[in-house]
Amino acid sequence: MSDITNTGFLTAISQQSAGVSIELDAVTKVYPGQSGAAVENFSMRIEPGELVVFVGPSGCGKTTTMKMINRIIEPSSGSIRIDGKDVLSLDPNALRRHIGYVIQQIGLFPHRTIAENVGTVPKMLGWSKDKVAERVDELLRTVQLDPALFAKRYPKQLSGGQQQRAGVARALAANPPVMLMDEPFGATDPITREKLQAEFLRLQAELGKTIIFVTHDFEEAIRLGDRIAVMSERSKIEQFDAPARILAAPANEYVASFIGQGAAIKRLTLIPVMDARLNAAVEGVPSIASDVSMRDALDLMVLTGSKAINVVDTAGVAMGSLDHASISALLGGPAKLGDRE
Amino acid sequence: MDTGFSFDNLALFLSDRWSEIIDLTVQHITVVAISLLVALIVGVVIGVVVWNKPIPRATALAAAGIAITIPSLALLALLSPLLGLGWGPTIVALVFYSLLPIIRNTVVGLREVPADVLESARGMGMSRTKVMLTTQLPIAWPVILTGVRVAAQLTIGIAAIAAYVAGPGLGQYIFTGLSSVGSRNALNYALTGTVLIIILALVVDGAFILITRYTTSRGLRV
Repeated sequence: MSDITNTGFLTAISQQSAGVSIELDAVTKVYPGQSGAAVENFSMRIEPGELVVFVGPSGCGKTTTMKMINRIIEPSSGSIRIDGKDVLSLDPNALRRHIGYVIQQIGLFPHRTIAENVGTVPKMLGWSKDKVAERVDELLRTVQLDPALFAKRYPKQLSGGQQQRAGVARALAANPPVMLMDEPFGATDPITREKLQAEFLRLQAELGKTIIFVTHDFEEAIRLGDRIAVMSERSKIEQFDAPARILAAPANEYVASFIGQGAAIKRLTLIPVMDARLNAAVEGVPSIASDVSMRDALDLMVLTGSKAINVVDTAGVAMGSLDHASISALLGGPAKLGDRE
Repeated sequence: MDTGFSFDNLALFLSDRWSEIIDLTVQHITVVAISLLVALIVGVVIGVVVWNKPIPRATALAAAGIAITIPSLALLALLSPLLGLGWGPTIVALVFYSLLPIIRNTVVGLREVPADVLESARGMGMSRTKVMLTTQLPIAWPVILTGVRVAAQLTIGIAAIAAYVAGPGLGQYIFTGLSSVGSRNALNYALTGTVLIIILALVVDGAFILITRYTTSRGLRV
């Protein structure tokens, strides 16, 4: 099936490791013997280098939608294009070697060492032994697993968080332009998860892959997504927008209920303290660094009971102060749309 | 005639026939090893074909289950008109009895490979054959080998009965003993054959522990 053009296309996208566009057009999946569609008429365009989060309750079809992109599940109708090329015209196995894939249970090969696991796809792509070894080394460092310590270990000898990092490293191995991630941090404890999320954001800032990330955890969606698609039954898109905009203006009741309580506080997570209009610095109040979010600032106020706090720069010099009024002003005013930096 | 047992008598018996005894022991090991090898290949192929198809799987296991209930003496008697005497019917019978534990354990081993491991293998672009060869079979291997180990115990015993169709191995001594009850060496023959078969079974079982250890990935053992 993989004729010259298709192989050529895959070679071409594999060189664009920094992310390509993904378009889904009227994609539908009906399982045989089921009356309703699991995914119905799903259309979406994802820009190169964008991290899009699919969020919705269990069984809403978000995972099915994602798995149709690498054809783990074959769509019943519709078309899916990666960098403009219809994936249904490509050999599925060749296609998958150019799409990173991470699942919740990780699925590391228990009988292979971490180095062998990470080197799986490069080896299949026919890289030389030296090149594979070099790449494995580099990737283990990238996900902060010391190669000297971990390369020769087996999956069972790693903690859940370490296994998850190895899983991400394995998915990144052949430097695919597209990554599909199905609740990759879902099985880890809250502390590990937060750490993995932070590392993942740092990694993505560096790599700029096009990523589809599936989760049922809205907090995680806000934290990671450039854009979030809130989905309901049959993968219906209720709202597809930047996290700040979804929090500030939920499209309907369903989205609002999904956001749940404390939307204002969740929004503060996305707003850097430097976005606030600072008042003059005051004496004798707690201070906070200038590179944290408004939520951290509010946290400090609540914790210390202080009416105001100072914002200090890296040298510790007070740049100004914040009080409750400045936080309210931020939330009352138009949200900083889509601007997360 | 003296038919009583004495250790002096047994010692004399053994020293007279030690080279023949070694010959028979080697034959016994050889016939069991050849049968197990054939049964391993046939059984694993059948297991790989049926493991994920409910009806063929049930059929294969039921057939192997019925096969194992046929008395070995009866099977050998049925086989000898077709295959004559000696090694031929013996190997066929031993393969026949080995199939159930090997097919069953292959099926169980393959089904025990975690679904997420299979999904990630597919997600990385491995073909089904490649997933089977590089992932499923290696992970199922210790379970398959346990099936072979059970088959080995079974066939070491059944091989003794194959002496009935002039099969190779220590069974010949047992049958010689049985057919000459009352003679001077009858008990010596039977005892030598039986005890050596028991020792052989224990040694082979021990060997399988070592084989399992050295052919299973360390990642599956730790």
